[in-house]
Amino acid sequence: MGAQLRVYKRRIKSVTATKKITKAMEMIAASRVVKAQRKVAASTPYATELTRAVTAVGTGSNTKHPLTTEAETATRSAVLLLTSDRGLAGAFNSNAIKAAEQLTERLEAEGKEVDTYIVGRRGLAHYNFRERKVAESWSGFTDQPSYADAKKVAVPLIEAIEKATADGGVDELHIVYTEFVSMMTQTAVDSRLLPLSLEEVAEESHAKGEILPLYDFEPSAEDVLDALLPRYVESRIYNALLQSAASKHAATRRAMKSATDNAGDLITTLSRLANAARQAEITQEISEIVGGSAALADATAGSDR
Amino acid sequence: MAAELHVELVAADRSVWSGEATLVVARTTSGDIGVMPGHQPLLGVLESGPVTIRTSDGGTVVAAVHGGFISFADNKLSLLAEIAELSDEIDVQRAERELERAKAEGDAHAERRADVRLRAVAAR
Repeated sequence: MGAQLRVYKRRIKSVTATKKITKAMEMIAASRVVKAQRKVAASTPYATELTRAVTAVGTGSNTKHPLTTEAETATRSAVLLLTSDRGLAGAFNSNAIKAAEQLTERLEAEGKEVDTYIVGRRGLAHYNFRERKVAESWSGFTDQPSYADAKKVAVPLIEAIEKATADGGVDELHIVYTEFVSMMTQTAVDSRLLPLSLEEVAEESHAKGEILPLYDFEPSAEDVLDALLPRYVESRIYNALLQSAASKHAATRRAMKSATDNAGDLITTLSRLANAARQAEITQEISEIVGGSAALADATAGSDR
Repeated sequence: MAAELHVELVAADRSVWSGEATLVVARTTSGDIGVMPGHQPLLGVLESGPVTIRTSDGGTVVAAVHGGFISFADNKLSLLAEIAELSDEIDVQRAERELERAKAEGDAHAERRADVRLRAVAAR
């Protein structure tokens, strides 16, 4: 076998191996998307009921609560960025990070100091590499987040928002995550969790036309709100974590699908080149034999004379 | 037929039980409360403990609820809890083991959780 042909053969073999791997990863990601979507759906009833309850308390009472009232001049805000632990997901992480950076810029332009909280190794690596300050970070559960994980993330955030701004607390809480729109579309979005704007919440709970009944609060509206809001934040973070996980798997699936397709294309091209090289080799061999025998014939003809 | 109310018992990551009931008894921070059809709209904070649901076919469903909320309006009752388990889902031996372990380790949180589970089973 000629040297060139050997090189082609070797490359075809290696690309075939890569293709097998990416194909497997694509299928794993596809099955995980379905699982993650199911989890999103399973967490929906709790989230809807909770949102309903928050709307009910918020609109049904004139309670002033630090978590619902806007500070007149917000000076510090917290941004929670959800990324994944692992890459190989196309632009998934860079989109989320970009959205967080835009939000940070916007907040800083409004004269607010921004504390960044990060979930996922990718986002943390990005911030550490640029030597930006990160208030707190978590990782290790982004593929399959549980409610306990969401609680873990929510605790320091709720603490920060309850603390006075002068003592290092924050006035606002923003969250940046990747919304799972469909299998093909995932968009990085940012939204403000706190202070709560009740109009928005009411809109989300798609109860616009519905008139909320006058609730009897047990023990009191303040206490209910006190207990309700941390749960609300947790459930929102949980939902965002789940959506982000589903989006990550969908992004991985897509990235791996195009990798598999590209590997297929590459194999076709390489096989064509290898065939051409083989043909060229054969042609050369034939012409060498013909040339050799002609030379031999010439030589013997010459010696006869 | 007696009046009924619709009950949804949901945990953070799943829907635990839903169906029609005639009476729901739960413990709020200010005491036990029983809700029957036609109750005034109510929103309360739940204590950890067993919740008893008397279903319309005469049966009783007991669930262990670890903190959460009760809300009732329009004859629809929602019980929201971070963790909720039906009493027949609870593994008694495991809960007992947990309780002992939690007591030995002085883990008040785990102890309370195991205690709530056992009480829910006892109330069955």
